[in-house]
Amino acid sequence: MIRVSVQSAPIDVSAEFDVHDAGEHGASASFVGRVRGGDGLIELFLEHHPHMTEAGLAALAHAASDRWKLSALTLIHRVGAMASGETIVLVLASSPHRAEALAAVEFLIDRLKTDVMLWKRESFADGRVRWVEERDTDQTRAERWD
Amino acid sequence: MALNIAYFSWVRERMGVADEVVDVPAGIGDVGALIGWLAARDERGALAFAEPHRIRAAIDGVMIGADAPLSDAREVALFPPVTGG
Repeated sequence: MIRVSVQSAPIDVSAEFDVHDAGEHGASASFVGRVRGGDGLIELFLEHHPHMTEAGLAALAHAASDRWKLSALTLIHRVGAMASGETIVLVLASSPHRAEALAAVEFLIDRLKTDVMLWKRESFADGRVRWVEERDTDQTRAERWD
Repeated sequence: MALNIAYFSWVRERMGVADEVVDVPAGIGDVGALIGWLAARDERGALAFAEPHRIRAAIDGVMIGADAPLSDAREVALFPPVTGG
């Protein structure tokens, strides 16, 4: 079962995990990405494409389920304004054994960073606002899965 | 050729609009040529597309390279490298 969501509402990690896994999967792996605080950050804003961001997540989810034998996959990305400590992204993958679930989660978060239409903007207490720039290491990690 | 163009992130801010319908002259055949034409069209385009190597594109939601043809495109999206996750 594949579940994909792009949402402006906060992500309830434990509730989503319960929906994802009612106990029937042998192995479940997870990744939770949160807003890093510090440097006076007061807001992280995620811009997205009204249709294509969710379509991009769905395409990645299907690529993962084609590549590994998964019994469940949940991919949720938050958009809009959020504060330090809030959850930006949740990836859950389940399979009969751990190797495939762990690999699928790593694949999904690596490729999500380079393939899906999302842009981060940071606002700081001193008034600075800046768009986050891509990192070469993200590109390198994503290319490992080509 | 009338084409829907959507802008995101700082490209959107510099263009001053999130999307527009533009009448692209014949001869603008691919994404790279479109970016060059937008950069030459007016001041905001010059600002947004001053560094073409920093611009990524998608046609109808599919990420593509600068040499991708515009034929049959309904929407072209132009944006900086994505930074989700």
